[in-house]
Amino acid sequence: MQVYADNAATTKMSGLAIEAMIPYFDKIYANPSSLHTAGQEAKEVLDAARETVAKCLGCQAREIYFTSGGSEADNQAILSAARYGARKGKKHIISTAFEHHAVLHTLQKLEKEGFEVTLLDVSQGHNVTAQQVKDAIREDTCLVTTMYANNEIGSVLPIAEIGAVCKEAGVPFHTDAVQAAGHLHIDVQAQNIDMLSLSGHKFHGPKGVGALYVRRGLPLVNLIEGGAQERGKRAGTENIPGIVGLAAALEDACTHMAENTAKVTALRDKLIAGLSQIPHSALNGDSVNRLPGNVSFCFEGIEGESLLLLLDAKGVCASSGSACTSGSLDPSHVLLAIGRVHDVAHGSLRLSLCHYNTEEEVDHILQVVPEVVQLLRNMSPVWRDLQTGKREYIL
Amino acid sequence: MALYSEIVMDHFTNPRNVGVIENADGVGEVGNAKCGDIMKIYLKIENDIIVDVKFETFGCGSAIASSSMATEMIKGKSIADAMALTNKAVAEALQGLPAHKMHCSVLAEEAIKSALKNYYDKNGIPYDKTQFPDCENCAHCHN
Repeated sequence: MQVYADNAATTKMSGLAIEAMIPYFDKIYANPSSLHTAGQEAKEVLDAARETVAKCLGCQAREIYFTSGGSEADNQAILSAARYGARKGKKHIISTAFEHHAVLHTLQKLEKEGFEVTLLDVSQGHNVTAQQVKDAIREDTCLVTTMYANNEIGSVLPIAEIGAVCKEAGVPFHTDAVQAAGHLHIDVQAQNIDMLSLSGHKFHGPKGVGALYVRRGLPLVNLIEGGAQERGKRAGTENIPGIVGLAAALEDACTHMAENTAKVTALRDKLIAGLSQIPHSALNGDSVNRLPGNVSFCFEGIEGESLLLLLDAKGVCASSGSACTSGSLDPSHVLLAIGRVHDVAHGSLRLSLCHYNTEEEVDHILQVVPEVVQLLRNMSPVWRDLQTGKREYIL
Repeated sequence: MALYSEIVMDHFTNPRNVGVIENADGVGEVGNAKCGDIMKIYLKIENDIIVDVKFETFGCGSAIASSSMATEMIKGKSIADAMALTNKAVAEALQGLPAHKMHCSVLAEEAIKSALKNYYDKNGIPYDKTQFPDCENCAHCHN
């Protein structure tokens, strides 16, 4: 049995999104910037897609900018707010310790330019509170950027509360909603979100296309120069098939959100309950406010890469935050940020589900994961030391 | 899977010589859990010949495969042959390792040397200390 349980990395495209894209490769393929009828036809399609995305987020179409993906959207949002803040002498940014690298690396770049960055602690409950944000806001804070939901451990942040705090303080609020869009309800007005990044391939749309929502009135700086596309803020001929696919997939995901959430949450909870039976293991992430499809565990005494390879050999595609899978000596910054020590963080496993997964697949995972964990523990000197009392259990 | 050669996958999924030797003549352990890999080698030595060898490894696929291959390469061999085993020879026997996994073969070489050093120490056999790795200050875990 082949089980794809790595949907946080990327998803299978829906048939609906593929179908929606097909006419725009060889039938309606003109450049939306062209004045001829064919070009204007393409422009109408682009406008319609923008309208669809805006409707899903609760904003106006003119507030949506299409990008090459979530990373570009994150970069542009953060750099724009930083430049705007710097002009007013505000050079302090608040974020969290478990952001995606698209955010963290952009912030590190700004730190080198003289910005001060506060990364909020996420070790309490594997999440942040709006109070933490409130306490960190200063006179010179020019941006609060927190993810909507964490890609590795599934914690869903209190976005509406953080939005309210930012609104009250008059600080722009950006959220990296790459893992949330299409999976969790988003209403940028009600949640007081000023900027939001999303990516098509995380909700069964195409890769290479994303979107940035920016509240009207907030200035954007360009990352890419060379044309008047996207209201002059993102040059380059629009990826019409990709944009159409993204819009179709997002609309589909938002329409079926309730039923998909119910189905995926039930599968997730079954998986979490089953894997919790493995001794000396621990669930990573907020156990209550959690992405419907995220299951993340640490298993003591084993290393994640070997776990993934053996699971792969048994037909299960998963992911890990171990150092060996990241190509560095350190395990995932997310696991370290929630307080997992190195020894334990190396033995992490992330299974991320979607509505295409079935109960039979979850049963298969529940059969093979304990077998593989035991197999690796049986050849692990760390496990032997734990069992013989030479080393103390952490989990 | 394209990440590793077929031989690496074979030694990883069917590792040879896994286990423990009770009352081993030499035991060596290198690496640490913080770095994500530990290798432990047990040797049974008779008349300067490694008559049995077992290993335990906490680590990635290539660390387990390197341990398995290295133990196969020294089983039945003389101490001198085992001392001469290089990480390069282990990696070559595995038909190569990805560049960022070469340290796994280094660990295998060091684990064997560490076990031999333990054998020398236990039996009061004099040896050249420079032949052995300095695990306390090795860059792998301490950079």
